[in-house]
Amino acid sequence: MKQQIIISGLGGQGVLFATRVIAEAALIQGHDVLTSETHGMAMRGGTVISHVKVGPYQSPLIRSGRADLGLFMNPGNLDVHGHYLSESGRFFVNTGTRGNYENMDATKIAGEIGSLVVSNLVLLGFAVAEGALFADAGVFRKAIAKTSQSRQLELNLRGFETGLRARR
Amino acid sequence: MGNEAIGRGLVEEGCHLFASYPGTPASEVLPSVVQFSQETGHTMHIEWSVNEKVAYEVALAGSYTGKRAAVAMKQVGLNVASDPLTRSAYLGVIGGFVIIAADDPGPHSSQTEQDSRLLAHFAKIPVFDPSSPREAKEMIRQAFELSEKYEIPVMVRPTTRICHARQNVPCLKPRELVRRAHFQKDPNRWIATPHFLRNLHRILNEKLDRIAEEEAYGPVARSGDGSLKERCIIASGVSFAHAYEILEEMGFLGKIDFYQVRVPYPLNRSFVVRIHAGYRRVLVIEETYPVIELQLRSDAVLGRRNGWIPREGELTPDLVEEVLERFLERTPATRKALQPAKGRRPTLCAGCPHRAAFFAIKETFPEGIFPSDIGCYTLGMNLKAIDTCHVMGACISQGAGFYHAYQQDGSEMPTIVVTIGDSTFFHAGVPALVNAVFQRARFLLVILDNGTTAMTGNQPTPHLGIRADGSQGNPVLIEDLVKACGVKLVRECDPYDQKRFVACLQEADRYIRSPEGGVAVVLSRHPCLLDRGAMKAQAVYPVRVTQDCSGCRVCLERLECPALALDEETQQVKIEANLCVGCGICEFVCPGGAIAVERGAAK
Repeated sequence: MKQQIIISGLGGQGVLFATRVIAEAALIQGHDVLTSETHGMAMRGGTVISHVKVGPYQSPLIRSGRADLGLFMNPGNLDVHGHYLSESGRFFVNTGTRGNYENMDATKIAGEIGSLVVSNLVLLGFAVAEGALFADAGVFRKAIAKTSQSRQLELNLRGFETGLRARR
Repeated sequence: MGNEAIGRGLVEEGCHLFASYPGTPASEVLPSVVQFSQETGHTMHIEWSVNEKVAYEVALAGSYTGKRAAVAMKQVGLNVASDPLTRSAYLGVIGGFVIIAADDPGPHSSQTEQDSRLLAHFAKIPVFDPSSPREAKEMIRQAFELSEKYEIPVMVRPTTRICHARQNVPCLKPRELVRRAHFQKDPNRWIATPHFLRNLHRILNEKLDRIAEEEAYGPVARSGDGSLKERCIIASGVSFAHAYEILEEMGFLGKIDFYQVRVPYPLNRSFVVRIHAGYRRVLVIEETYPVIELQLRSDAVLGRRNGWIPREGELTPDLVEEVLERFLERTPATRKALQPAKGRRPTLCAGCPHRAAFFAIKETFPEGIFPSDIGCYTLGMNLKAIDTCHVMGACISQGAGFYHAYQQDGSEMPTIVVTIGDSTFFHAGVPALVNAVFQRARFLLVILDNGTTAMTGNQPTPHLGIRADGSQGNPVLIEDLVKACGVKLVRECDPYDQKRFVACLQEADRYIRSPEGGVAVVLSRHPCLLDRGAMKAQAVYPVRVTQDCSGCRVCLERLECPALALDEETQQVKIEANLCVGCGICEFVCPGGAIAVERGAAK
């Protein structure tokens, strides 16, 4: 099993948390995992990216044109980080606007269930439902349970479940 | 995370004292030391010191008593600690002493992309260069062992891509290192007047000679099959990880001799001999300065000094791949033409008290000179409310320097408004303020006190009286410090109260320009809104944009609040309700009075 994933967004959109959930899911599945994250100044609303590499890798960074999957929390980031995706890479974009990618207005959906902070998990749920990730929904539920603070857990799971079912 | 692996390593190796000052990419080491020591019941003294020099000296004295001690900081923090660093190499240590200096090639979040390994070379101490979080933890163990064997401080130098990488890392039980503090007096060593230093320097040089002969710390060789004779690749740090993965993919792992240098200084002696004798073309891949390259001193080396490797910037895996293709004479893989758009720049959060203070400063002193400093408030650049950002604490001395330079000319003096955060003020602002007052400088110092070190993850600052592990400390108040520095005019104001805040600024300016004037201080006080408690405690005013909005964009440019956006359809400004925290500052910005804040309807 090898999968290279980028998660792209703006500081404050939950890119780091989504990274931790995906990494935890890999560990639950018994895979090796390497990630690389953006911290520091860019986290104040600037463009941020996480790299997640599931499987036997050495380098924490993904090369241009090598990612299998991209989760874009901000559609504006496509021009910035789109180049990481391979020819066959799948893009999941948080937007209501259709385009040459799979899209879902995760922010709107998250707002409807009462918390914008879970839009990251709505988008993740959507990508999991589409079979784009290395593990199924059950594994991600466990990963969310393991990484969430107790008072956030219920809301996080609701966000994920909503994303999972949104297209059915 | 790499920083957590390092923190875990420190606890597992029985470290007794640990001190740090926050700075990206090193900030997460201390919280993980706190967490793992508490989880495993390992007793430690852990502190956020006021700066890196202080952290270094506290931990170093712990080592003098025979205990294991460590410090963690970012690379420029090590500049601050370079004074005790260089001398501690001469005097040596007793208990294992490990310096974690985190570099930031790129740089992503630093004022330089300097290479701490070169500072280790300069200070004459050994340095480890981990290529993964797992290896970083392992190197903490080796660093303590090496430090105790030779009584020498040892550096571990991770880079951003190690610090902020996550990897599955095995955890062990902490070692039971029972050591009672025992300071063995030895004036020739611990006082070491110049008379003794030549001998101490000789001993240090001999230690380094012996360490360079230790095969246990020498490079790890992955031998080729002989098909690519007289060529080899040497790599260290995360560059090794990039190169390994790419060579494996290209099918060259096991074909060409490939060395991982784990201790770039002092470079293993027999390794240097082997490289000189065995190869005619040697590719050296390392970040960020040519440390291994310079020690090899060979014309066979291809690296940063002859254009094989870019001399600046992060060595990304894309770059490493290109270099390897060229070195191995392979046809380059087809790549997408790389011209990615620039991302969005970071900005102060909605409702950030710094924004309110900056707006008032800029409006009150449109012609002012604004020295500033390092922290979230460096983002005041976007508001044109800061003019300089140099190194921690420099803004106060810069304010003084600007004053003296203008004052000489005797012409109209622009108001100099210096802005500094509370943590930065404690870090290096206090001596600068003493000097400015003493030297009769005149400027306005605004201390942006949000009660935290926000940029690096909201670490507590000394005036709160909360220590790194959450226990109670003795608060040291900024107003007491400022007065003790000799400042005669000190005002305190919440920048949300714009009218009063502006009045304070104007009063301070009059004082500065009065016959008895000097440095004036305004304490701009409002908690950081990343503190959930603070966010909940403050009033939320309903804010709306009225039909009077002309779409002039003044509010967007002068305030740059994330909650204000231009509606492309109506060409009027709209409030992003999900981002707005209802601070009401935007009311003061709109020249047409088109932003309505219902102060009576606070929630």
